[in-house]
Amino acid sequence: MSSAPLLEVRGLNAWYGESHVLHGVDLDIREGETVTLLGRNGAGKTTTLRAIMGILRRREGVIRLRGKDLLGLPLHKVAQAGLGYVPEERGIFASLNVSENLMLPPPVSEGGMSVEEIYSLFPNLHERRSSQGTKLSGGEQQMLAIARVLRTGARIILLDEPTEGLAPVIVQRIGDVLVALKKRGMTILLVEQNFRFAKKVADRFYLMEDGRMVNSFPGHELDARMDELHEVLGV
Amino acid sequence: MSTIFGIPAPALYGQILIGLINGSFYAMLSLGLAVIFGLLRVINFAHGAQYMLGAFAAYLLLSWLGIGYWPALILAPVIVGAIAVVIEKTMLSRLYGIDPLYGLLLTFGLALILEGAFRYWFGAAGQPYSPPPQLTGAVNLGFMFMPIYRGWVVIASLVICLGTWLLIEKTRLGAYLRAATENATLVQAFGVNVPLLLTLTYGLGAALAGLAGVLAAPIYQVSPLMGSNLIIIVFAVVVVGGMGSILGAIVTGYVLGVLEGLTKVFYPEASSIVIFVIMAIVLLVRPAGLFGREE
Repeated sequence: MSSAPLLEVRGLNAWYGESHVLHGVDLDIREGETVTLLGRNGAGKTTTLRAIMGILRRREGVIRLRGKDLLGLPLHKVAQAGLGYVPEERGIFASLNVSENLMLPPPVSEGGMSVEEIYSLFPNLHERRSSQGTKLSGGEQQMLAIARVLRTGARIILLDEPTEGLAPVIVQRIGDVLVALKKRGMTILLVEQNFRFAKKVADRFYLMEDGRMVNSFPGHELDARMDELHEVLGV
Repeated sequence: MSTIFGIPAPALYGQILIGLINGSFYAMLSLGLAVIFGLLRVINFAHGAQYMLGAFAAYLLLSWLGIGYWPALILAPVIVGAIAVVIEKTMLSRLYGIDPLYGLLLTFGLALILEGAFRYWFGAAGQPYSPPPQLTGAVNLGFMFMPIYRGWVVIASLVICLGTWLLIEKTRLGAYLRAATENATLVQAFGVNVPLLLTLTYGLGAALAGLAGVLAAPIYQVSPLMGSNLIIIVFAVVVVGGMGSILGAIVTGYVLGVLEGLTKVFYPEASSIVIFVIMAIVLLVRPAGLFGREE
């Protein structure tokens, strides 16, 4: 593909306090692509997402969205530049009901889904819109966390282990949602341990180890590379 | 003359009214403290001084500029809120994320400076401030005479507390505030300007104290120490209600005000300590306060 990457990460280093956790991470995502980060626990996948969002502040290197530097921006300007974040812990607010949780993130650009579209994609959320956010089941909370960033018009969504701890039928449901989002042209950066799930949606994989990118390959090579992956991932 | 539990009824009603008025101020002040603590995790020791500033702003607007009570009800809170915004921007915001003790020390120091400066300029004695002509006189309620201004204070404080509660529970801005109280980093990662939200919240809390100060001026006189006399009780109210609980601050403020008034009737010797006794009991039984959430 000739087009410049939508999101470009070069030589990203990051620190938690004194501990150096990312060592020169490179990453490209093109418009409309779904890219999945694989790696063991502690390899730096979540940290990479947090560093791109700017939640982790101690960083060096280059993070560009459409050529615009994100590294120097205050935290709230990163979302406004077009990134939507779905954290691993889901981050549903207990003091807000489902509808308030959904409406919380301010729109960042035109072209976000309308509330009606979101409720037709996630009918459960509509039924439970007046419930306290944290009274939802784990799967519903995950859907709410995803739905929340679809309203804002974010161009890239950063999804951190959306299937973790969920029943297979819910995982299936979330997979369908991601496929639907891909069809709409959404760009997705996914952190995922579940191969079968990732295979269904990912165009490309990055493999992380000890805070470094060690490999990258297109989605259709996943099956051929299973032995290599088992070795790196220890699964 | 009718009696209730051996107490003359007018004396009882009178003390309940005084309790309701004190409770109105407890509620308004502890509400501001709760809003500030909930989001900023700062125990705002300058709250009493900000209440005093509100009363002085009304007094000075009148004596220097001839601006009366009604405009002062708007102007004084705006002035106090604006000063608070400057304090937050220049000083308090540097202390977020470190030991909360520093915020407490800073606001305590600011309170001492403000009170000292006003004592230096105006002396420790109170300055009189008359209620507006529309609210002077008394009305016969049938069972007692009530000064109109005192009735106005009770109603105004109820409206202010209800308005603040609605702002926090029912509006978009309130949703930001509640969410940021839970997880400020995530709210900011969604694109909300949380540093601005913190500044506005401190300004709003201080403006509430300033508004209470204007309402108090015709009742308690305007004096540099009017805030420090009150603020210790208000902290006890906040602790009983539960640190950071909005509803807890409001309900506890009125209830403790009335309980204090009733104690003056039935056992006057205990009236100045009853709130602290209740605080001690609540701390033993429910350390997070009556409306507080365990963390």
